[in-house]
Amino acid sequence: MSLSRADRQLITLLRGCALLAAVIVLLILLFLVKESWPVLQHVALTRFVSDASWHPVDGLYKLTPMLSATLYSTLGAVFLAAPLGIASALFSRYYAPPFLAGCYRRLIELLAGIPSVVYGFWGLITLAPLIGRLHPPGVSLLAGILVLTLMILPTVALTADAALAAVPIAYLRGAAALGLSRWGLISGVALPAARSGIIAGIMLAAGRAIGETMAVLMVAGNVVQQPLGLFDSVRTLTSNIALEMAYATGEHRAALFVSGVALMSTVLVVVGTAELLSREPHHD
Amino acid sequence: MKKLGMVVTLIVLIGAVWGFLRTKPDDTKIEKLVLTGSSTVAPLAVEIGKRFESLHSNVRVDVQTGGSSRGVSDARAGLADIGMASRALKDDEKDLLSFTVALDGISVILNKANPVEALNKQQIIDIYTGKIINWKDVGGNDAPITVVNKAEGRSTLELFLHYFGLKNTEVKPQVVIGDNQQGIKTVVGNPDAIGYVSVGTAEYEAGQGAAIKLLPLEGIAASVENVRNRSFPLSRPLNLVTHTEPAGIAKDFIEFAGSTQVNDLIEAQYFVPIPR
Repeated sequence: MSLSRADRQLITLLRGCALLAAVIVLLILLFLVKESWPVLQHVALTRFVSDASWHPVDGLYKLTPMLSATLYSTLGAVFLAAPLGIASALFSRYYAPPFLAGCYRRLIELLAGIPSVVYGFWGLITLAPLIGRLHPPGVSLLAGILVLTLMILPTVALTADAALAAVPIAYLRGAAALGLSRWGLISGVALPAARSGIIAGIMLAAGRAIGETMAVLMVAGNVVQQPLGLFDSVRTLTSNIALEMAYATGEHRAALFVSGVALMSTVLVVVGTAELLSREPHHD
Repeated sequence: MKKLGMVVTLIVLIGAVWGFLRTKPDDTKIEKLVLTGSSTVAPLAVEIGKRFESLHSNVRVDVQTGGSSRGVSDARAGLADIGMASRALKDDEKDLLSFTVALDGISVILNKANPVEALNKQQIIDIYTGKIINWKDVGGNDAPITVVNKAEGRSTLELFLHYFGLKNTEVKPQVVIGDNQQGIKTVVGNPDAIGYVSVGTAEYEAGQGAAIKLLPLEGIAASVENVRNRSFPLSRPLNLVTHTEPAGIAKDFIEFAGSTQVNDLIEAQYFVPIPR
């Protein structure tokens, strides 16, 4: 089938846009590597794992505790936010009366719009002292996870809601005609049909949790250590950059760009996983 | 209508180009003033530089960091017009001239609910290195101490470590913070926390009703006044350094930086202006 002239022009334009987006990502990676080059030149990559601690001014560059802090806080937040978010979507889609569902959805959208510093501020003033009563100092991995959960919950809820809304009405009618209960309809038909959309939403939320800086910076305590429990103070890769960049010079600055590269690689892995998971299972 | 729009655009463009060409030859004689050195002084120097540029349209102030020692050696070698040093000159640097722009002091702060009224130098060292981990060992409640430290690279951290003779690798913190405000919020929210911030910020916040108290050091109260009269031990001068008696714009700049016209810039960075 031959394409019309307008179609061909559009294709060229779209290809150009796609190429531009890809080039920008590559340029960012290139820039990160270039900026971290001064330290990579004479510090072996293994030292970012094997050094005793993170004291870049004294030439100690251990990054792994911050990598685990980033992963733990993200996993914890996703673990809490995913069931809550899906439950909230199911409620507003299948259980709530239409008027209430509308109000509820507006409310969740509002929650999604609250800036992260506000969450962080609330965490620092209210949440951390509460946790501190249980187990001082209060600013901890747990506080970070809870604040992140609050922040990504609306993302999960709204994307799951949209995915459920996109389930063809014929499926639901068919299921209803077969006499399935409401829960049977949800678990047997709606959720499997919306699966890829829900997983994509969760991965989007995970990406947001990994990249979140200010809120975590304010509530997680920022001590560079391998977290052994929920009440330990931790520093994530993003907080590390935000905390130290303003006053870093020379190799210290370059080492911060290495943590940027580590962060970017983590995000690439997450996006790759999302891509694999959200592919429709093949039925033959 | 379309044509009219184009004509207007064209006229504006021609005007802009013409204006650009006309103003260009006027400021060909741009003088450049290079400052290098301490990363503590640099942000202040940048702000002072901006105001100086706005008063002297033919001057460009270029500020580079690299530590106090670089500031001193650059000034000596003539690589910089003015060096910046966040300390007094050492004995082997007396061939240089220094001009104090501002003073920097930090205060150890506790939550107001903490009954401890004073700590001596050794107690603070032991708390920060994890040898004392409960307030009851220094006369307070039976509660674990939350040690609040600053993030690496901050000048307050550097001054704190230098005064107590500590290395950052020896400090065992429970919380690491970025700026002074975060430090104050952390101590306000945790009755068992100990932290340190700029005297200027601490005094201001305590005056605004924040639940913190400033600990005296070596029997001297932590206050902006005591930093200004140089009796408070945990403080240091922020200096501009030159090799020869400054002349020309360097002289103007140093005089400007030492005048009351920059007091608001100094206070905005939580430093203490010197008495003029």
